[in-house]
Amino acid sequence: MVYLKMNHVKKSFGSLEVLKDISLEVNQGEVVSIIGPSGSGKSTLLRCATLLETMDCGDLSYLEKSAATIVNNKTVYERPAKLNEIKSIFGLVFQNFNLFPHFTVMKNITDAPIHVQKRKKNEVCQEARNLLAQMGLSDKENCYPYQLSGGQQQRVAIARALALKPKVLFFDEPTSALDPELTGEVLKVIKGLAETKMTMVIVTHEMEFARNISDRIIFMDKGVIAVQGTPDEVFQSEHTRMQEFLGKLKH
Amino acid sequence: MSFSVILSSIAEGMERSVGIFFLTLIFSLPLGFIIAFGRMSKNKLLQAIARFYISVLRGTPLMLQLMVVYFAPYYLFGFSIGNWRYPAIIVGFVINYSAYFAEIYRSGIEAIPKGQYEAAEILGYNKIQTFMKIILPQVIKIILPSVTNEIITLVKDTSLAFSLSYMEMFSIAKQIAARETTLMPFAIAALFYYVFNLLVSVIMEWIEKRMNYYR
Repeated sequence: MVYLKMNHVKKSFGSLEVLKDISLEVNQGEVVSIIGPSGSGKSTLLRCATLLETMDCGDLSYLEKSAATIVNNKTVYERPAKLNEIKSIFGLVFQNFNLFPHFTVMKNITDAPIHVQKRKKNEVCQEARNLLAQMGLSDKENCYPYQLSGGQQQRVAIARALALKPKVLFFDEPTSALDPELTGEVLKVIKGLAETKMTMVIVTHEMEFARNISDRIIFMDKGVIAVQGTPDEVFQSEHTRMQEFLGKLKH
Repeated sequence: MSFSVILSSIAEGMERSVGIFFLTLIFSLPLGFIIAFGRMSKNKLLQAIARFYISVLRGTPLMLQLMVVYFAPYYLFGFSIGNWRYPAIIVGFVINYSAYFAEIYRSGIEAIPKGQYEAAEILGYNKIQTFMKIILPQVIKIILPSVTNEIITLVKDTSLAFSLSYMEMFSIAKQIAARETTLMPFAIAALFYYVFNLLVSVIMEWIEKRMNYYR
């Protein structure tokens, strides 16, 4: 089943065309990594998919439920009630974690399931403890975010996203604010999720990581998908810009 | 006039000053939020009205505003203003302080990173939940020192009610000082203002400490 479908997505900021006709499908259980140079539109694409940004043009649907359709070359979004329903299908992990600093780790994870999804408190707390255990943070449930390292904060943010039981999980450069050691901790957790067949879309600069866990890699450049395919196909591609980008990484 | 009589007259004035103080806070703290929302509104008209309100009330003296609020009903509409003195004082103080509070609130709200709103949106919080649960508690922590400043100024500003001949602490002290040709009433009044403000800052510091459980 197609979990995420985006068609002919266009987005400009003023006169700057950031996304130029991008189409993308993500199937159930698939892990898709989006790589590419800064300013290539990766994050904007993710923000359009998660409805944080509106598309100028484009179709967007999750699990065959439409969130936006193109009518006369313009995007028409569904009504807010329908969009809210669609928003509950996906989760997003931010580059800067964006934990709520005045909530404990436990409250960060449980507050939305309890007050947004109206689920039972006991059940939610039990699940939150399981998630924290999975993240290796069982002893941190009563800490505040400022008491945690960046890597720990990001793992709490992942637990917070998972607590809402999303069907698709997006990551927007989840390790870009972390040093190599902390990056490792977070990547391990994401890898663990990939093994459970969680459907994920990951914007990342960690090439090795992307290569290891992705079913498919998308290389974006100047607002278009320049290369896509399996990790081997993409990394062995003859595409010049792709080669340049990887070459630069090797120094 | 004995010391104890002077003291009790000034204490009586103090009660009135404290009355102005609390009534002003009770109304201006929430009103400030309404003005701040207007100021940050996407609606250009609302924004212009709020900007004008803040600009005028911060740009003219409080004493003048009290005069205008008190006398305007008579000069503009010919109303009798017999019982209007006390309400006029409160209205004058409330609108003046609400303008300052509005700007303090705005500074606090704008200091919250955009990521907090985005995280709340992604987690499915509605607008009211986002503001009440996520944004407001963080705003309060940020603005507390500025609000303390404003509250301390208010304690001292209550003396401006003397311009409408309202017998609060300063007016009484001035009256006794003139009659008895002594500075003592001023000294007592100064002590009262000071102790009151000391109390205010102790309470505010205690609240600040209680908010210090996170960074």
